[in-house]
Amino acid sequence: MRKLTALGIAAAFLVAAMLVGAFVGAADLNPLATAAALLDKIPFVSLPSSLSPLDKAVLFQIRLPRVVLAAMVGGLLALAGAGYQGVFRNPLVDSGMLGASAGAGLGATIMIVYFGGAGPSAIPVAAFVGSLAGVVVSYTTGVAASRHTVLTDGVATLLLAGIAVGSFLTAVQTVVLQHSASDIQTVYSWLLGSLSAATWQQVISILPYAAVSSAIILVHGRQLDVLAVGDEEARSLGTHPALVRGLVIAASALAAASAVAVSGLIGFVGIIIPHVARRLAGPSYTSVLPLSLIGGAGFLVLADTVARTVLSPAELPIGVVTAVVGAPAFVWVLHATQEART
Amino acid sequence: MWRTVAVVTAAFAAAALAACSSSSSSSSTTTATSSAPATSATAAVSPSSGAAAAFPVTLNASNGNVTIRSKPARIVSLSPTSTEDLFAVGAGSQVVAVDADSNYPKGAPVTGLSGLTPNIEAIAKYNPSLVVAYQNVGGLVSGMTKLGIPVLIEPAVSTIDGVYAQIEQIGQATGHTAQADAVVASMKQQIATTVSQAGTASRGDTYYWELSANPYYSVTSATFIGQIVGLFGLKNIADAASKPSDGGYPELSEEYIVTAKPQIIFLADNEAADGGQTVAIVDKRPGWSGIPAVKDGEVIPLNDDIASRWGPRLPQLVAEIAAAVKNAPKG
Repeated sequence: MRKLTALGIAAAFLVAAMLVGAFVGAADLNPLATAAALLDKIPFVSLPSSLSPLDKAVLFQIRLPRVVLAAMVGGLLALAGAGYQGVFRNPLVDSGMLGASAGAGLGATIMIVYFGGAGPSAIPVAAFVGSLAGVVVSYTTGVAASRHTVLTDGVATLLLAGIAVGSFLTAVQTVVLQHSASDIQTVYSWLLGSLSAATWQQVISILPYAAVSSAIILVHGRQLDVLAVGDEEARSLGTHPALVRGLVIAASALAAASAVAVSGLIGFVGIIIPHVARRLAGPSYTSVLPLSLIGGAGFLVLADTVARTVLSPAELPIGVVTAVVGAPAFVWVLHATQEART
Repeated sequence: MWRTVAVVTAAFAAAALAACSSSSSSSSTTTATSSAPATSATAAVSPSSGAAAAFPVTLNASNGNVTIRSKPARIVSLSPTSTEDLFAVGAGSQVVAVDADSNYPKGAPVTGLSGLTPNIEAIAKYNPSLVVAYQNVGGLVSGMTKLGIPVLIEPAVSTIDGVYAQIEQIGQATGHTAQADAVVASMKQQIATTVSQAGTASRGDTYYWELSANPYYSVTSATFIGQIVGLFGLKNIADAASKPSDGGYPELSEEYIVTAKPQIIFLADNEAADGGQTVAIVDKRPGWSGIPAVKDGEVIPLNDDIASRWGPRLPQLVAEIAAAVKNAPKG
């Protein structure tokens, strides 16, 4: 019952966030006319709107794809974070760990510095590939460094390997960046994260990855709960710990990579949202996972609305917004975790 | 978490630096469509009457071919240099909004718009018929294209001819071809006069161009600025310290600057907003008192805005350099 209530709250939050996102923006569109234009899009509803053709283009081609993309990215990041936290039995793991963020940053930097002529559409592909490559390298390093296999008992080793690989990739990225002073601004604005170039094309291009990875993570909620009591017990209950870990890590990496590809690096969503979900509905992953997906979506829509309005008519990188909210929240998570242990 | 904090800090530093050192090469060759009667002879007689016939015009800008259907009545400029260009060619009355950094000329309609982090919706609010910017970031071109608004990207130039080409392109884009030609001709003439009056007595003198202090970023002879100073035959101390990877904007060590003994120091970072490195501060830097430029009072504070733009006020920068050269030690 508590789970259903929490899911209802999260869904209401997401709908409210998306409405705010659709109605608020630098262009100051008339709210009534905007509402009419939006309702007009619903099948069998026909409403005249007083929005000019330019205003309509702003609403449907600039603002709405951005709101939808923010929802997808936020949901994926939070879900990936929750998935990792289940696998590693540690609530402080983020979606960018295991070399995912560093790999994406390196991929995007290489593309910008060495293949600048390939155009902006090539950067998401490079970030996507870099993010997955970062996870693969971290994973193989972790396996090589651990006497046990990572899939049985080496979760700590895997996390540490991810930190080492991440630092190394960031160092390489810095060296690459030194090769081209004129690209520094482009690279850093990508690293800080932004949804300002959102298009329906981007929404469609990450949709298949988002759907597949989300489905895989969501169906493993029960197994993650079982893993929490220990591998021996899990095996006796008929779960294959190695298989579950492998699948959830792979799906989380895919979810984070598709989010990072279109948004750049956005931190903290993967930590804060699952934690809030735990507070709302308890520690079971059967509720933490869906709550993270919906709550993360709503949170990032609001964060992006702040990013595009607070400094209007300029823009604030969304990574700055999530960090400003996220850093204090992270301290709160630490504090709450301490309390839970004592 | 700490990486994010570090990145935020670094980004602001990098953005400030990139603002004065971005050196993307421009391909500002201007081509009018064959239907445009762009001969300066006819247009010079009647500066504005030919404008109607000059549209539609297709221009080859750095963001590809840009077609402007009719004389743009509502222009938004996100580039301080382009704002100066627009007003210089006589398109000022068509400009409805300029970005927060466009502080010249005085009458320009300054807004909070940003060329560094453009907000598509905020620009669209001005219902522009043409947007001019110096870089395509944040999906500016693709966003404006979705709204059917043409965008001209006029990036930092690498040659003096690039300055002229941009002014002429902006003239064509706004229906002021003849006045743009006149502006360019006048700039060329002023610069030629200034350089010839400076004479050749100081040729071979060495100079150091300071973009920023701590770290000390400079420019080489290969850059746009380097070419301008090169008109006077001065030698650049940064050339020997430059690597291919720095793109003409090397970071110099303080020891190198002092031991290179420049005879003239140009400060492009002397105004408060750009670092506040005044002549008095440079004179008091430890170890700098032995530099000939410091001893001879040849530390020259420049107008930072003019020195970091590539627009119609270029002759003023040339004149500032000429005044420094005039007082420099001869031979």
